Amino acid sequence: MTATQTPPTASTTRTMVAAINDALAIALERDPTTYLFGEDVGVMGGVFRASDGLQARFGTDRVFDTPLAEASIVGMGIGMGLAGLRPIAEIQFAGFMYPALDQILSHLGRYRHRTRSRYSLPMVIRAPYGGGVHTPEQHADSPEAILAHVPGVKVVIPSTPTDAKGLLLAAIEDPDPVFFLEAIKLYRSNKESVPDGHYTVPLGKARIVTEGSDVTVVTYGGMVEVSVKAAEAARAHGIGVEVIDLRTLVPMDLETVLNSVAKTGRAVVVTEAPRTGGFHSEISANIAEHAIDSLRAPILRVTGYDAPYPPFTAIEDVYRPNAVRVARAIRTVMGY
Amino acid sequence: MTKLSAISNTAAPTPDALTDFPRHAPATDIPFQLLAPDGTAPNPDALPDPQIRLSLYRHMRRIRHFDERGWVLYRTGRLGVFPPFKGMEGSQVGTAAALTSDDWLFPTYRDTGAALTLGLPIARTLAYWRTSPHGWHMPEHLKVLPFYIPIATQYPHAVGAALAEQRKGTKNVAMAYIGDGGSSEGDFHEALNFAGALNAPCIFILQNNGWAISVPTRTQTRAVNLARRADGYGIPGVRVDGNDVLATYQVTAEAVARARAGQGPTLIETVTYRIAAHTVADDPTRYRTDADTAGWAEKDPITRLRVHLLAEGILTEDSDAALLKEIAEEFEAALNEADTYPEPEPAEILDHVFAEPTPQLVAQRAEILREVGE
Repeated sequence: MTATQTPPTASTTRTMVAAINDALAIALERDPTTYLFGEDVGVMGGVFRASDGLQARFGTDRVFDTPLAEASIVGMGIGMGLAGLRPIAEIQFAGFMYPALDQILSHLGRYRHRTRSRYSLPMVIRAPYGGGVHTPEQHADSPEAILAHVPGVKVVIPSTPTDAKGLLLAAIEDPDPVFFLEAIKLYRSNKESVPDGHYTVPLGKARIVTEGSDVTVVTYGGMVEVSVKAAEAARAHGIGVEVIDLRTLVPMDLETVLNSVAKTGRAVVVTEAPRTGGFHSEISANIAEHAIDSLRAPILRVTGYDAPYPPFTAIEDVYRPNAVRVARAIRTVMGY
Repeated sequence: MTKLSAISNTAAPTPDALTDFPRHAPATDIPFQLLAPDGTAPNPDALPDPQIRLSLYRHMRRIRHFDERGWVLYRTGRLGVFPPFKGMEGSQVGTAAALTSDDWLFPTYRDTGAALTLGLPIARTLAYWRTSPHGWHMPEHLKVLPFYIPIATQYPHAVGAALAEQRKGTKNVAMAYIGDGGSSEGDFHEALNFAGALNAPCIFILQNNGWAISVPTRTQTRAVNLARRADGYGIPGVRVDGNDVLATYQVTAEAVARARAGQGPTLIETVTYRIAAHTVADDPTRYRTDADTAGWAEKDPITRLRVHLLAEGILTEDSDAALLKEIAEEFEAALNEADTYPEPEPAEILDHVFAEPTPQLVAQRAEILREVGE
């Protein structure tokens, strides 16, 4: 997939959630087969206002509220996709996705396969994920490893407004099902100049956020800004850190990761998901498998812990990795 | 391959006649019936056209033949494990025959008969139950999904397909099947509610065949009349004798006409019976006795209609024999065709995962080819 041929000329300062809103509006405008639905997405415009104003603009047929039932939001979307539409389903929080796991695990990734491409499923499921904003219980989960483990399903997690817009448009235009997880922490925390109009950021291409020759930090979503802070702290100590924002977990741009590790010889992987079986482990295994000859230190994972995400405001930040923990891991691998 | 005569929807009532739906099936626990088990019709004027009656009979005979040959093929190693549907032909034909090829069909694993009725080719269907990818090639002219193995997940899919047709401005509908066991699943209830709330042109068929593998309906639920569940979602529910193909067709055609007219979904409970085992590999003597099954053989949907058609002169012994011969020939030709499908190659397991294979899939394909020494 290539970026749009005509690069947009103008740009506007936008938060990530505004960039997502812009992408949804552009998709709904460009393709009449695109539909947006979920709980509270219509009249209210979504709990985070990601679909603000879209029902008023595109009507209740195209942007509509559903009953409160995640399995059917996903299941109905699958049926709509089979019937030739491009459904965009919002699950209100990634931690509320579990009722739909039967639909996700049993069906979402299988339609092209089980019909030998007679049917494909150009469906996007958007969900806010992750912690750092003191949400109540269940609202801060990071279930991306569960989703990435499903064959036939792509997983995209942006970390900037510009990426969020371009990746979401690419996800909506993709012929296969895509999960699009939006870090709640990043919705409004940083603004940047985002190009107006239509453009895409191709799936499966990582972004090198900071260049460095001593340590590679591989991360995505809400942990990118944390890792960049740690990289800045390390740079003050003369350590060059290359932070890679994976952008998409499936397909994974392993090439960019391996090229960096070949250069640095050290790898730290950062996510806010529980430790055991997280996607950080998949990244680590790939580095171990393909770059063992370049490694000068063990691969370290900086992650959440093997406990449910704590809704305890006072100590939430103990669970969610911060720049201090990432910087410590960087220093540790530098010690080898 | 001989084409069986298609059933038109011309007999379906006009939309303005639908306001007092269900006209033929009042909300009662007694399943609606047009044809008594002995083949008599108390109300002959209510029956569909003779043409339609004969066509429904042909379809039932055709799928019964598939089921009977299926057992033989399984025992001789020419078919994999498949779920038989003998005794449910009235339910499967009576519902599927009310659709056209522009409508959607979401069958469960026991609805081979319904899929065949709508036009799924016999050869492809055999290939499916032989676990061949050729059985996964769905014909382009049909909107039949591969048989659903998970329970109840097809119900929300049907709502989505129905909603898509509505949004696209067509009159096409979606029909989904489920069993009495499946109707305990949450997806069943969610889908009924979604379809009602969104006015989706969807027909929900609940084939109450008495058994969820070894669990009888009385253990499954305290409810007897499962059609009444529709009340909870504000949509019509109809209970029909699933072994009476004429009544089943009549009620379904009416529900289809309502859906096409923008009047929303219907739940139809077809009261029928799973005469045979759960699958050809299952031993029902472990959980049920002849006493459980007593009386159901006498309610056989094919015998019932045959008696009626012979009495009416719509069918003769000779035309019946000719029909059976034609059905058998069609089946054997399809079996021969299925025998020509080649076995899949090892690397085919990685086909059709994504439109474009990811780098990971490309690497894994090379790995498989190395493993098998190519």
